[in-house]
Order: sequence, then C-alpha cells, then structure tokens
Amino acid sequence: MTAAAAISNPVLDELREKIASLEGAGSRNRSVLPFGVSEIDAQLPGGGLAYGALHEVAGGGNGAIDGAAAALFIGGIAARTTGKVVWCLTRFDLFFPALAQVGLHPDRVTFVECDKEETVLASFEEALRYGGLGAVVAELVRLPMTASRRLQLAAEKSGTLGLVIRRWRRQTEASDFGMPTAAATRWRISVLPSEPLPVPGVGRARWLAELMRLRAGEGGEFIIGACDGQGRICLSSDTAYRPDQAGRSVAIG
Amino acid sequence: MARVVSVFLPTLPTDRIRRADPSLSVETPLVVIARSGSKRWIAATDRAALKLGLRVGMPAAKAQALFQGLIMIDADPAADLAALERLTLWALSQYSPVVAMDPPDGIVMDTEGADHLQGGEELMLSGLINRFRGRGLAADAAIADTWGAAHALARTTDRETVIIPRGETAKAVNHLPLSSLRLSAEIVASLRTLGFATIGDLAATPRAPLTLRFGPEVGRRLDQMYGRVAEPIDPIRPADLVEVNKSFAEPIGAQETVEKYVSRLVRQLCLELENRGLGVRRADLIVHRIDNTIQALRAGTAKPVRDIAWLAKLFRDRIEKIEPGFGIEKLSLAATLAEPLVETQSASCLIEEQVTDVTPLIDVLGNRGGQRIFRVAPVASDVPERSVQRIAPTADEDGATWPLHWPRPPRLLARPEPIEVIALLPDHPPVSFTWRGKRRRVRRADGPERIFGEWWKRSSEWIAVRDYFVVEDDTGERFWIFRAGDGVDAETGSHKWFMHGMFA
Repeated sequence: MTAAAAISNPVLDELREKIASLEGAGSRNRSVLPFGVSEIDAQLPGGGLAYGALHEVAGGGNGAIDGAAAALFIGGIAARTTGKVVWCLTRFDLFFPALAQVGLHPDRVTFVECDKEETVLASFEEALRYGGLGAVVAELVRLPMTASRRLQLAAEKSGTLGLVIRRWRRQTEASDFGMPTAAATRWRISVLPSEPLPVPGVGRARWLAELMRLRAGEGGEFIIGACDGQGRICLSSDTAYRPDQAGRSVAIG
Repeated sequence: MARVVSVFLPTLPTDRIRRADPSLSVETPLVVIARSGSKRWIAATDRAALKLGLRVGMPAAKAQALFQGLIMIDADPAADLAALERLTLWALSQYSPVVAMDPPDGIVMDTEGADHLQGGEELMLSGLINRFRGRGLAADAAIADTWGAAHALARTTDRETVIIPRGETAKAVNHLPLSSLRLSAEIVASLRTLGFATIGDLAATPRAPLTLRFGPEVGRRLDQMYGRVAEPIDPIRPADLVEVNKSFAEPIGAQETVEKYVSRLVRQLCLELENRGLGVRRADLIVHRIDNTIQALRAGTAKPVRDIAWLAKLFRDRIEKIEPGFGIEKLSLAATLAEPLVETQSASCLIEEQVTDVTPLIDVLGNRGGQRIFRVAPVASDVPERSVQRIAPTADEDGATWPLHWPRPPRLLARPEPIEVIALLPDHPPVSFTWRGKRRRVRRADGPERIFGEWWKRSSEWIAVRDYFVVEDDTGERFWIFRAGDGVDAETGSHKWFMHGMFA
C-alpha cells in the first residue's frame, strides 16, 4: 500500500485533489497540534490534534461530574496554542490559578458565562466561526449529533481548534457519552494514583487517557503524566502502575 | 410591545439647588418659592421640609412663620427644565434609544430590546436609581407595558422600583387613585365628586356619559394606560448627534429589504463618524412604522468602533426582531454614544505574530443577552476564594498571574464543605476522611500549606489560620482540603476540616 502510494500517478493525484476539495475547504491545509509524545501523536492522523475540528474530553469515574482532570487536560492543550482562547460555560467553578499552572495565561482567556446550555452552544459556535482564535472551549452536559455537526462545520470553516469538556450533573447522565457525535476525537481522562516519590508526598498526577473514538483511525489507551508548566504531557511508564499493589506512600496511618 | 420605564424625580428642584451649592446643610429644610404678583407660595419641598409638614401650595409667609431657619429659594423653572434635559440626555446615552422628558419632574423611556445591555430589567432599574442617588437625586422608577401605567406607578407606590410583568397592567393599575391618570385637577375633582375613587372604578363605567360630560380626555387617558391606543414616545435628540435617516416613499416590510437599508445606513454612519474622528460605543436603530409606533434596537460595543462589517453584524443578528406591521416608513440610525477614535497602525512589524482581536466577538456575544463576558485576573490575596477577580473582557493585559509554586485545584467549591476527618494534631495530614457520604483512605498527602487570614482587612481574621493539604486517596483522586485553625491554638480557628477543591 505504501509502495503504491509512493508512486506518483497523475490520475490518482487528481482524484485525491478532487476528494480533498469535496471534503471541505479547511481539510486541505489543515494542520495539527502535536502532543509532543510520539506514541500518542503516531496514533492521531497527521500526528496531533487536528485544528479546525471538534475534540471531546470527559472525565472518567467521579471526574465525570467535576471534570477537573478533563479541564486541566484541555487547559494544557489550549496553553500550547497561540492566540486568544474563548471559554464558554454555565457554572463558573473553574479555579484559574490551576490553569495558570499548566501554562495558560489569564490574559489570553475570555470567559463567556451563559444562563443556559443552549446559549453555550450558540456562543461556542459563534466563537468557532469567528476565526483567528487559538482555541475555543465549551463545558457541555449534552452534545446532540446535530449540534456537534454544526460545531464541527464551524470549526472546519475557520480552522479553529474546538475543545469540548463533557461534564454531567449526575453520574447516571454520563451514559450520554456513548452517543455518537461529529467530533474528530473523543477522550476520557481518568485519574490514576500519582507516581511514587522517594520521599513522602504527592507526585506528579497521572492520568489514564483513553482515546475512545477517532475519526479515520484506531483508538488507544495511554498512561500519561499530567500537564506540566507549559501544558505538556508525558508518557508514564506502565510498570510503575500496579493498581493491586500499594506503591510507596507517605508515612501516615 | 413596548416596555416603558418612567422615572420620577420628586425633589428635583431642591436636589438641583443642593447640588449647585454644597454649603447648604443637609438637615436644614429647603423649600422653593414661586411667585405671581404679590402671592408667594411653596412650589417644591425637600424631604426634610416634607417631614416638617410643609406642603406644595402653602403660602410662603405661613411657612416662614411656622419654621425658623427655613431656607427659601426662588423658583427657577427654566433651570429645572434644563437639569431635566441634561438627565434625559444622559439616560439616552446609557439606557435606551427612545428617551424623552416627562416634565416637570420625570423621564420616560422605552427599554424594549435594550435592557439586556444592563443585565435585565431588575438590574437596570436598581442601577438607574443608584446612579441617580449617587448624584444626589432622589428617584423612583417603574417599568410597565404602557407609559400611563409606568407613570402612575412610579408616582404612587412607596417602593423605589416597580416592575409590572408583561400583560399585567390592568391588575396593577386598577386600585390606583384617579389623580395618577394624568388628568387636569378640575376633572379629577369633579370625578371624585361623582363618587369615583380608583382607576378601576372609572374603567368599569360606561364611556359615553363620561365623554359627554368631560370630553374625550378621560377616555383617551384610560386607553393609553391600558395600552388600547399607542402613545409613542418622541425621543429626545442632542444637537450634535451623529444620525443618518432613510425615509421610504413606499413603506417597506420584508426582512431582506430592511437588512439592505440598514447596512446602507451603517456605511453612511461610519463615513459621518470618520469625518468627525469618532467611533461608536452605542448605536441605535430606530424604526418608525406607518401606524405611528416606534421600535428601537440598540447595539453596544466594548470599545469605540467604526468598522462597517462589525457594526452591520451587530444589527443583522437582531433585525428579525423588528415587527414591520403594515410597513416601515423611516429608518434612522444614530450613534448615541460616540467616543474619539484615532487611527492606529495595526501591525508594527511583519515578523511579529498577529494576535486576533476578540473585541468584535465580545460585542456580538454581549449584544445577544443571557451571558456575561469577562476575564479573570489575580488579586493579591492568599485566601483562595479571594485570589481571583473578574475583570472586563477589554481590560488592559498586564501580564499578571498567580504565584505558581503551590498546586491549585482546577475546580474550587463555591463554599468549603465540612468533612469528617481522622488526623493527628497538630500538623499531620488526615489518615482518612468522609466527604458526601463516602469514606476515603488517604494514600499520599502534601502539606500543610499555611494560609493566614487577612487581618488588615477583616478584624475577624485577626489570627485566623487555614492549613491546606493536598491528599490523594486509594483510587488516585486528589483533593484540596483544609483545617480551620493551626491545630494547637483554638483561637486560630474551629479545627474543623473542610473540602475546598478537586484536582480530578
């Protein structure tokens, strides 16, 4: 297959061009935002999170309600983009100093606090359509297929990175996450016990990042170290994680 | 349907005098004296004089004889009217595109489609009253569906703000006295003699005998109050207002046609503004329909704007809200609030990366209503819930951020929730804790990070202390918990434990 693709065939090239133009204007010179972790980037088409597309992130377990790890994960991605960030939400329980710690500067972020979920969708779409922004983030409970398709089209048109934090009010509502949406990728970030330190204390947070859905690609699971001061994640060695066995912990109890 | 705000300034003449002359003592009663020939009587009183029992219409000599030290100042109706006009023009730039004077002591405005810029009707009215207060003017305001009802309610109820929901005018005005119907004093007096006490009584009476006896005025005022006939507010216009108009020989109605003419008007307005070196902060589109009603759309911007596409978009989003009825005969677009706008070079360097300005987006979102737009900025405070403040989205970017050496949770609870904890005092992290009915064993912990109360701001925090811990349970979930107090001295806090934030 790769050998065949390497041979340049004018007929095939023309066909590829035609298909690309049918796929939409944004798709041709779409670029990506790499994570900088080769294992994850290799999984994603183009080697990173696609600009001009919608990406969904939810928390796993109890995090499905708080979405704290998901917010940090998103914050890290937004921190690595350039330009302004618009963040739409209904309840403002975000503690910004934490986002500043993953490298997202408060001057870059404009918050839009909406009364209703529908207003969040409308503002999110407007911001995606606006263009020239680094990333647009929305915290949403529900993301119906039609809405997500609209959002995806808006993102494609302007080439803006659209990031959705899915968080629910109740644990039972999290089943909604099974429903398909038009998002290009869907992630679930669950917490794992932190990396053991040689001294008592809490180490760098570790997450289980599940790439649950990927348009035109295979999903995957990664154990990652949480975002650092520049919003970068790192791959954590699996060997350190043994859920059945207590790691080194603080001298308490 | 209109939403009319009526502002009543009960003591405008005396407030005006006090504002002009701050040396007048607030406690001393002040009255304004009008004269006609040799007759002198009280034309206006302030609150203090009212409390003493001085009433409008009382002979000046009598008032002087009754109270020593009464300040008496000659009436100056022209100055009162000028003051009212200044206030009206100010309200025009702040609150609504359709504002008019309601002499001698009121302002009336139609805030339909403009209240969202102030955060809704309730906030708009209370803000209005507070701003008048801040200027030393007593004011009452009411909002209702009709001018008549708002006018009556602002002048009769003792509350400062009255909001009558849509469609409930009749219920709100039926019990009001006849005097609030804006009829001449003689008519009111004769109606009283006939036994009518309230507006409801009058409205329930057959119209024909009333008209026969008092003329059409009574029926007209009733219809205006109940909203059966339109009572358009003729908006006040300052002399130097930048305004462009388009009159149509044949009334228009189709949305596309309106859109086309609005964008033409926007272009015209921007040209006009460019000539004067101004940018618009508030733009008003006033739609005159052939049935003599006025509709208005107001668009606000976060900073002065002279961009045709930007302004046109602000109106295009809401043109569908215009009800053309039988047709629109005139459109006028005014820059009600304009500020100097100097041209600046947009890119100083070709290599430098351009950061897109989000102000147009903020305007588009802000004009929709139902959302608050802000940025956050650090406050020099160690107390977590006080360390973040909301600032305007267009505030200067000063690059300030929080100190980053201690971990902070991305989600902070609105108020700390009490938890049950097993911990060794004074400074050990908990061994386990119970939060929202679930017991968690602490696997790893960091802390304490001691945060002191802000004793220089609040005396109750004189020696208050909080010890914060980052704790991780068996499943890897991490929390931010604190103990009120230092664990030794009971004076420093209750020694109870609280959950304050979640890391995951």
